[in-house]
Order: sequence, then structure tokens, then C-alpha cells
Amino acid sequence: MDPLTFLLEPLQYGFLTRALLVTLAAAVVASVLSCWLILMGWSLMGDAVSHAVLPGVALAYIVGVPFSIGAFIFGAGAVALIGAVKSTTKLKSDTVIGVVFTALFAVGLAIISRTPSQVDLMHILFGNVLGVTDGELWQVLILGALTLAIVLVKRRDLTLLAFDRTHAHVIGLNTKALGALLLGLLALSVVVGLQAVGIILVVAMLITPGATAFLLSRSFDRMLILAVVITTTAAVAGVYASYYLDLSTGASVVLAQAVAFAVAYFAAPRTGLIHQLRQRRRRRAGSAAGTAG
Amino acid sequence: MTLSHAAGATQPAIAVEHLSVHYGDVTALDSVSFTLDRAQVCGLIGVNGSGKSTLFKCLMGLVTAQHGSLSLFGQTSTAARKGRLVAYVPQSEDVDWSFPVSVGDVVMMGRYAHMGPLRHPTRADRSAVEDALQRVGLTELRNRQIGELSGGQKKRAFVARGIAQDAQLLLLDEPFAGVDKSSEATIVELLHELKSEGRTVLISTHDLAGLPRLCDRAILLHQRILAEGTPSDVLTHANLARAFGAAGTSSVTTPTAPGA
Repeated sequence: MDPLTFLLEPLQYGFLTRALLVTLAAAVVASVLSCWLILMGWSLMGDAVSHAVLPGVALAYIVGVPFSIGAFIFGAGAVALIGAVKSTTKLKSDTVIGVVFTALFAVGLAIISRTPSQVDLMHILFGNVLGVTDGELWQVLILGALTLAIVLVKRRDLTLLAFDRTHAHVIGLNTKALGALLLGLLALSVVVGLQAVGIILVVAMLITPGATAFLLSRSFDRMLILAVVITTTAAVAGVYASYYLDLSTGASVVLAQAVAFAVAYFAAPRTGLIHQLRQRRRRRAGSAAGTAG
Repeated sequence: MTLSHAAGATQPAIAVEHLSVHYGDVTALDSVSFTLDRAQVCGLIGVNGSGKSTLFKCLMGLVTAQHGSLSLFGQTSTAARKGRLVAYVPQSEDVDWSFPVSVGDVVMMGRYAHMGPLRHPTRADRSAVEDALQRVGLTELRNRQIGELSGGQKKRAFVARGIAQDAQLLLLDEPFAGVDKSSEATIVELLHELKSEGRTVLISTHDLAGLPRLCDRAILLHQRILAEGTPSDVLTHANLARAFGAAGTSSVTTPTAPGA
């Protein structure tokens, strides 16, 4: 098969074109957010928000409103609940996050178990990117564009918040509002990512691209650009792999991102494992030569 | 050094009255009162848990005292922060040194309060960063990632951020921990320069030996203020025994010895 046919053949199906667009939009939004999340140390928070939206999605399907409304309400609600419980106990934040998100996830499962005919649990959990309707595609594109626009306008303040919250406060910025904004953006990007890879795997899109780019960057702007490039490549590779190898689309997108991470982990210049081992050997050789001479 | 008599310039840099902070049953600060005039370098000394960090947090508006009042340059802490008057140089362990920012980026963060909402640097911002980098001697290292600096250079980067901010009050938390002697001397010289420009510097430090060279004033804190005045007034054996206990005094027997 020639390369052009290879690339164009899947796109003759409308559902695959929509799948590719949704996956790309979700991946780009999530990868941009992931740069701040991993620097804030909020990976678990991403996991929590993505699981906590389950009751919202279920209720939205039952009531018949766009899934993104239900998902956002429960995502933001989970964040608020975690904040409220944390500020009134001495429990560590990962404990509070664990309690809240599993409880909300269970609420979602309970709701779905009582209404089995209307909601397909597997689609919510693992995504249904091949069944995306035009309406859902538009929801994803509009919310994705909105999220990206807010992030780009506020990016310097968000970076300062992640790097040095005290300095941000001391120069008069409202750090609580900035933190809340970032959590709201996190909830939005979870909503955007749901259709593509589902609740369980959306957290991968919110962590892995940022983590991969971090291994390859010494400046934040470079990290942002790399995260987008890596995730775009992984999304396209994942969708094509799912078509030609007949794999679950969400799974193959996340796997492609994991492969990119593994490559960076082993082969990154300066920080990669191969470089570290080589340096260690060189140092050992150097010190051996030193003692011999 | 003559103080300016322009309107508002006669207020002390810090005025604290009967400040008390409790965390549950624990008393962190107990009716602390002092004033710090402008253009002074003041050392804040005390053991771990003596309330130094809490006092810093009060000055920065991160902790609200249950009792008492504090003002910075005659304003509330909030107004002083909005007026960009306060800069903070964090302890090394509070900084994420693997964060992907360059030295120049960090110094530019001092200018954020001067910029519009998009934080787009103007020519004035760039030249302020340039000047600040030059003053701390980091111009050549401006593109280094922040974690690739030595201990002393890291501190200087954060002092440069305060300079770029054009802050009038600089709060330094343990600035000499993990800093070699020559870098320490550079930083001390820099702080004296800032003072001669009319800026006020408050330093939380364990370095009792260096105190007389560094500071005009010293405050010895142990929940309450045990002593304040010139470093030699404060660093008496009797005071140090009260603040640090018997073990502490034996390790700092000659606090006035230069460079010890």
C-alpha cells in the first residue's frame, strides 16, 4: 500500500474523521494542561476529577442534556468538595482526594446500575470515539478552544503559581483564584477528553505528555511546545493503529503516548537513563585511570 | 544616610504591635512588638520553632494574627503587597529547582506586578531585569536553568528578582544556608548596597557569627522578643542562653569574631 492511500483510506469514513478530530482536540488541550499539572504536583487531582465526573455524565444522559454540562458540574464539584474537606481536617491531601473521588465514582456506578438500558457504561469508562456525533464533536471543539484560550491568556501567572506561590502572593496576585482557575481548566479538559479515551484513560492524557516533555526541556515554553507535538503525533499514530490493527482507539492513543514517554525516559539527552549510565561508566573509567596513573 | 522627608517616607518599614499568632494550642508568636526603620539591615534570629517563619508569613500576609496589628510603610500588608513594596527570597528547600525556568525567567517574575494582565514584558521590564542580573553578577548565566546554579548563585538570582521588582522591603529566609563563603560575602555586600539605596532588609538567619558584619540591627525571637538592638547588644551570652539553651551557646562562643 502506498503511503498516501495508507493515510487517506481511513478518512473516507466520516466516523473516523470525527474520531481523529476529537482525539486531536482532546489530546492537545490535555497536553497543554498537563504541563502545569505535573509541575504543580496535581497528577492525582487529574485522576480524581476524571473519575468524579462519572455521575455527572450518567445523569446528563438520563436527563438528556449535553454530557459536558453534567461532567463539568461534577468535576468542579469534586474539586470544591476536596478543598472543603481538606481545609477542615488534618488529613493529607492525597487521602482526601482518594476518599472523595472513589465515593463519587461509586455514585456514578450506582446510578448507571439502576438505568442499564439508557447508558452504556463501557462507553463512558473507555470512550466511544468511533461513535462520536457531530453535536459531540462541536462540544469538544468549542470547549477545547475555550480552555486553550484561557490557558494562553493566563499562562504566565499559572507558571508563576506553579513555580513560586509565595512570590505570586507577595506581589499581590490572587493565588487562591489562580489555583481555582487551574482546577476549573482541569475539569474542562477532562470533559474534552472523555469522548476520546473515556474516564479511565483521560488521566493519561493529562499526565503523560507533560511528563515526557519535562524530561526533554529546560524551559517552560519548550516544554509546552514539545508536549503538544508529542501528543499530536501520538494521537494520530494511535488512531491509525487502531484502524489498521483493530485496537481500541483510546487504548492505542494512550499506548502511543506511553511509548513516547519510554523513549524520552531512556534516550533523553542529559537526563535519559542511557546518558546517565554512560556518564557513570565514564566517571568510573576516569577514576580507575586516576588511581592507576 | 539621610532619610527622605517626602510625604509618607517617614513611616517605618515595619511596625508591629502586640502581634500574637496561635496554631490551635501552640503559640507561635506572643505579643511581639517592634519597629524597623527604613534603610536598615536587620537580622531575625532564633531557634527552629521560635516563630521566625510565622513572623515572615504575617509580614507577607500569608498568616493573619489573632491579636495585634502590623503595618508596612504605614500601610496594611495587603496594600504594601499591591504596591509591590515587598519581596521575598525563599529558603532553598522551598524552591523546586527542577522547574523548567531560566535564571532570566525567574528575575522577570519580579516584574509581573509592573506588567499588564498578559504579563507581556515592555522595554522597561527587560532593562530592569538586565540591570538586576548585572548587579548580582549573573548576566552570563541568565539562560541557565535555575537548578544548574551553585548555592550562592541561586540565592543571588532570587535577590535579583527582588531588585527587578524594585521592592522597598526584602525578606530573606535563611539566605546563607548552603552558600559558600565567597558567595556569602557577595550577597552581604549586595544587601549593604540595597540598604544604601534606602531599601530595608530583614533576614532570618542562624549565622550568628556573621551577624555583626551583616546587620545594623538584630531581633532575638523566641515566641516573644527576647532582645533587640545592635547585634552586639543582642548577642550577649545571657540572651543567647535564653534563646538557644546551654547547648546553643557553646557552639557560638565568639559571636563577634569576624568570619568565624
